[in-house]
Amino acid sequence: MFDAFRGFRAVLYKEVLHVRRDFGTLFFSLIIPLLQMVLLGFGIDTNVRQIPTVVFNADGRRESRELLDRLKNSDTFRMVRYVQNDSDLNDTVISGRARVAVKIPVDYSDRLLHNMSAQVLILIDGSDSSVAGSAIQVATAIGLDESLRRALADRATFAIDIRPQLLFNPDSRSPNFFLPGLTAILLLNVTTFLTAFAIVREKERGTLEQLFVTPVRPYGLLLGKILPYFAIGFFELCLIVTSMRFIFRVPIHGSVLLLAFLSLPYLFAALSLGILISSKANSQGEAMQLAFLTILPSIFFSGYIFPRETMPLVFRVLSYFVPASYFINITRGIILRGATIRHLWLDGLALFAIGAFLLFIAARRFRRKVIMA
Amino acid sequence: MATAPENPVEASISAEHLVRRFGKFTAVNDVSFRVEKGEIFGFLGPNGSGKTTVIKMLTGLLPLSSGSAHVEGLDVRVDSEAVRERIGYMSQNYSLYQDLTVAENLQFYGRIYSLEAGRLKRRIEEIVELNGLAPYMDRLSAQLSGGWKQRLALGCAMLHEPKLLFLDEPTAGIDPVARRLLWDLLFELSGHGITFFVTTHYMDEAERCSHVAYIYFGKIIADGTPNSLRELPDVQPQGTIRVEITTPEVTRALRFARQVPGIRSATIFGQSIHALIDDHVDLHNLREQLLKNGIAVAEIRPLAPSLEDVFVELTYKQQALLEAARV
Repeated sequence: MFDAFRGFRAVLYKEVLHVRRDFGTLFFSLIIPLLQMVLLGFGIDTNVRQIPTVVFNADGRRESRELLDRLKNSDTFRMVRYVQNDSDLNDTVISGRARVAVKIPVDYSDRLLHNMSAQVLILIDGSDSSVAGSAIQVATAIGLDESLRRALADRATFAIDIRPQLLFNPDSRSPNFFLPGLTAILLLNVTTFLTAFAIVREKERGTLEQLFVTPVRPYGLLLGKILPYFAIGFFELCLIVTSMRFIFRVPIHGSVLLLAFLSLPYLFAALSLGILISSKANSQGEAMQLAFLTILPSIFFSGYIFPRETMPLVFRVLSYFVPASYFINITRGIILRGATIRHLWLDGLALFAIGAFLLFIAARRFRRKVIMA
Repeated sequence: MATAPENPVEASISAEHLVRRFGKFTAVNDVSFRVEKGEIFGFLGPNGSGKTTVIKMLTGLLPLSSGSAHVEGLDVRVDSEAVRERIGYMSQNYSLYQDLTVAENLQFYGRIYSLEAGRLKRRIEEIVELNGLAPYMDRLSAQLSGGWKQRLALGCAMLHEPKLLFLDEPTAGIDPVARRLLWDLLFELSGHGITFFVTTHYMDEAERCSHVAYIYFGKIIADGTPNSLRELPDVQPQGTIRVEITTPEVTRALRFARQVPGIRSATIFGQSIHALIDDHVDLHNLREQLLKNGIAVAEIRPLAPSLEDVFVELTYKQQALLEAARV
């Protein structure tokens, strides 16, 4: 056997036994990500529709009712209340019963009929930015469209007709967008978390000290510990992708084999991170906290929730050190955009490099035995 | 006291001027000793005196701050990998995998030392035979009693047929029968030429060793066979004898004895007092004095110093030296 990996097979044999003995832990760490996926997949819809809206129509004539119908038909606004004065209008928004208030002034129809500019007041609750954004966008568009219609009453068509079309995920289904990203986060559950405990457990029990007096070498020990979890992580990936495809009906445009292949460097990086945490922590509690600490950047800086393009520069630079950033690019690329190895090889390589670097740091701590207090 | 490093290759362990510092604290301070092949070397000392640190230095777990050490003829600073192939180590908490069975623990440690399949099978059979583990092979090691855990741990440490075994407090917290059985086993193995480096707090275990050393505040203050230590001038100064005073009222007797001129030191041992007295003190006279003070005395008889006496005397002397150095 290659000497630097001395003890690899012995450690592998032992770790497999540990995993088999502790079947409960394994079962739960496999099932919990699936449950999370069901909750998030069914529960979250980022498309804003049916915003509760309160209306004060002081005018009440045909032109004003037409405008309200157009707002209603956009599917963005849902009229929940009609009020007769300004203070009721305000109260409804402040109390949270409506997020948008529409006030049509008493002279709306008159001004339109006399070819003057009419005003409509739209108050928007800014406490939820995505709701507010949609409301502004749709209300402005409707206003513009209405103006153009009136200005060009005699001509049949607009001069320029812009027709945006979404290339990928054309019906903007949330699960299609969410689940490929979520895959990267969920995999951390069975990789970083499980391996974070792998060495700390031995530290607590004193068996690590025993291993250090045997001829086992750092890489033999670490790789022997990683490999069983590698298999578990890969199995979990298969479960996630299968349920994504067949339960949530997310179409996979690219090659599933490529996805499987590129998940290997991601698993490697996530497992190495777990091992490094484990070499640093002195108790299982500490390992748990450190593992959580690494999950946060994976959620927030990876582009899973917030687009990396809009991040402040610091976070954007930081995101290049988060393995999930690359893997989310890979999953979205393959699943949504049908990307091939030609587009994604660099991400795979980056993941492998991160993994190798983390493992190297962990092994160095072992060689110097700094992990023994 | 410190043996000169005549020929480090001959000895099982030869430590020369070992020093280990942790920051400003010197845990091991110029420690030298030599353990011959086949000896049972008892390494004693209070908690925190540096016992475990010395073991860690000799097994290559801790680098030496200065000094040198040879284990089985190999320099631990250069050949720590090779040293690990030749030694076995059993730590205080037995270091077994609780969720693995006895057989699996043995398998694992055998594979770590890369024993080839045939030899591993043979060695496991031998060890199971020697340690009587056969009925427990399929039991999880978590379910074993302390004594059996310890025998399994010893078995795991011996699979690769090491010539030298380090046992760090092997009998702490196990029952007396298991303790006796373990020592019988150690004697048997030592008869086959295996060297043992044993730390312990039990004086009766120290008495069984063929060679003992006592470490106190990082310095070795006694080193030799139990008998040679008993005859040290510091332990048994010229013109003194050691007596055992058996009495039902040990505490009162002790208080009194410490005031009697001619009694240099006195310590309680169960229902008796061990005292170091000037040899001109008349034992008959001493008995009369005690009786006169209302202390019933069953017997006063001369006594050879126990190892505990030895270590107590040497510790007092060392403390006095440290005090003197501080003033």
